[in-house]
Amino acid sequence: MKIVYNGEMDKRLCKEVLGETIPAILESDPDTIYLDADLMSCIGTLKYGQQHRDRAIDCGIAEANMAGVAAGLAMAGFKPLIHSFGIFASRRIFDQIFLSGGYAKNDITVLGSDPGVTAAMNGGTHMPFEDVALYRVLPGSTVLEPSDPTCLVSLLKQCVDRPGIKYLRVGRKSLARVYEEGSELPIGKAPVLRDGTDVAIFAAGIMVHEAMQAAASLEQQGISAAVVDCYSIKPIDRETVIAMAKKTGAAVVAENANRHGGLYSAVLEVLAENCPVPAANVSVEDEFGEVGTQGYLQQRFGLTAAHIEAQAKAVLARK
Amino acid sequence: MDQKEIKALKAFALRIRLAALDAIHSIGSGHVGGALSIADALAVLYGREMNVRPEDPKWPDRDKLVCSKGHAGPGVYGTLALKGYFPYEELRTLNKNGTRLPSHCDRNKTPGIDVTTGSLGQGTSQAAGLALGDRLKGRKNRVFLIVGDGEMDEGQCWEAFAFAAARKLSNLVVLIDWNKKQLDGYCDDVLPMGSFADKMTAFGFDTVQVNGNDVEAVAAALERTRQGGDKPYAIVLDTVKGAGVEEVANTLMNHSIPVNDEKYEKWTAELKAELAALEG
Repeated sequence: MKIVYNGEMDKRLCKEVLGETIPAILESDPDTIYLDADLMSCIGTLKYGQQHRDRAIDCGIAEANMAGVAAGLAMAGFKPLIHSFGIFASRRIFDQIFLSGGYAKNDITVLGSDPGVTAAMNGGTHMPFEDVALYRVLPGSTVLEPSDPTCLVSLLKQCVDRPGIKYLRVGRKSLARVYEEGSELPIGKAPVLRDGTDVAIFAAGIMVHEAMQAAASLEQQGISAAVVDCYSIKPIDRETVIAMAKKTGAAVVAENANRHGGLYSAVLEVLAENCPVPAANVSVEDEFGEVGTQGYLQQRFGLTAAHIEAQAKAVLARK
Repeated sequence: MDQKEIKALKAFALRIRLAALDAIHSIGSGHVGGALSIADALAVLYGREMNVRPEDPKWPDRDKLVCSKGHAGPGVYGTLALKGYFPYEELRTLNKNGTRLPSHCDRNKTPGIDVTTGSLGQGTSQAAGLALGDRLKGRKNRVFLIVGDGEMDEGQCWEAFAFAAARKLSNLVVLIDWNKKQLDGYCDDVLPMGSFADKMTAFGFDTVQVNGNDVEAVAAALERTRQGGDKPYAIVLDTVKGAGVEEVANTLMNHSIPVNDEKYEKWTAELKAELAALEG
């Protein structure tokens, strides 16, 4: 794994990456099978799906059935990957994923696209801030949020043979380039993207880029901020969280999700049990989403580098 | 089907009823009505139609049963015990702490239970996925799905049926236990669904309706589902909730009821007498 972050966006759209990676997974392992609920064209898999109707199953706009069919396919010996927008892939099918999937020990990978404010123009009805919390409380689950396209590819491939319910949330547009292409990002690890001594910023998904921008700005003001990529929200890398909290003595968590039950909660659980340090969050407060551009929504819900910077200063004052 | 086989299936159905009552009596109360209504269908499935190996419950090529009305677990457990999947005495551990026989069917706990159910509607999609997966794996087996009539209120059932028809899953046989009642009373009072036979036909199923408490009629209906084709099959089982035990059948609210010693003795005496008369 090599960190190559320089503030630029990765040239690959996540939609394109998914459109290549999902067929590649299907071609490399005959036991894998992919199901969608009429959103193949949104993640670039429609052409493959139309040509391989027994490998890529379009279930129509019936997400609950898709989740149950995936469970049945798992019992028949397949390794299913299902996709829908994050809102449908989480709250709409939660009972099916919980019971037919998790409880019944049918391993399923769930891809939820357009997490949080990346749902942008689809608006508040389509904006999952709660998906992370829902999936975190499912016993034995894995919850992932890649920070860049390379991370996305690595995590999706690891999901295939991993037991339990795996939920991966990712937007369809661009992300910053964080890792050198081909890097492996192991589930359960949290790479330190930037070391620091005054405060540790734990971030996931689009907030990693914001955290790196905030850390650069803080450095100019004489504050040394570390940035940790928490793409593995569950299992969380306890060792790294504890080490960085001990090293810096202060924590800020940045997430594109509701403050309750997401990455902030996950980090606080580790800190409270091991090394309580002053902590603050950059999350969506207890609110529903709304329509707008992603840039506007990041301002509206307080998910920018400036917000991270302000919270870092606030938490330092409590040290 | 000769008279000898019909008689044997009738006896199997009576023994399933006795076994289910034995299990439910051991814990004092349970889902009696819906376990009894499908006893005849279970007898034909496990006594005649299904290709299974009780000594090898996970055999991949077996026919599979999805009891989507998961609360009928005791009926299925009685059947499995009689088939030798586990000791008969184990039926009396139903719902007891640490048991392998929970109230609702659980594939990770009970030998012979193929699919976990209990949240109504969910067995339908799992059955469709299983039928599709088995077919894609090249297996020649079939999947039998038992759905309750009250359960048909769940939208997921209809999503699954549309999917099964779209995928031409002729290795899937849906048995609808049309026993006319759900937890709160008559289905027609709670949420009238109209004709299941008409609906299943409209959804693209090869559909028949038979007396679901007549083993001969059920056997004939199941036999015609062996022919393959390009449609999934539906059999509407016209049944009585609590069938086989008069007092239960005559009780309006018989979804989950107490089975005390007195009732147990009375009800099983009737069934045993019937069994003795049948077997001479």
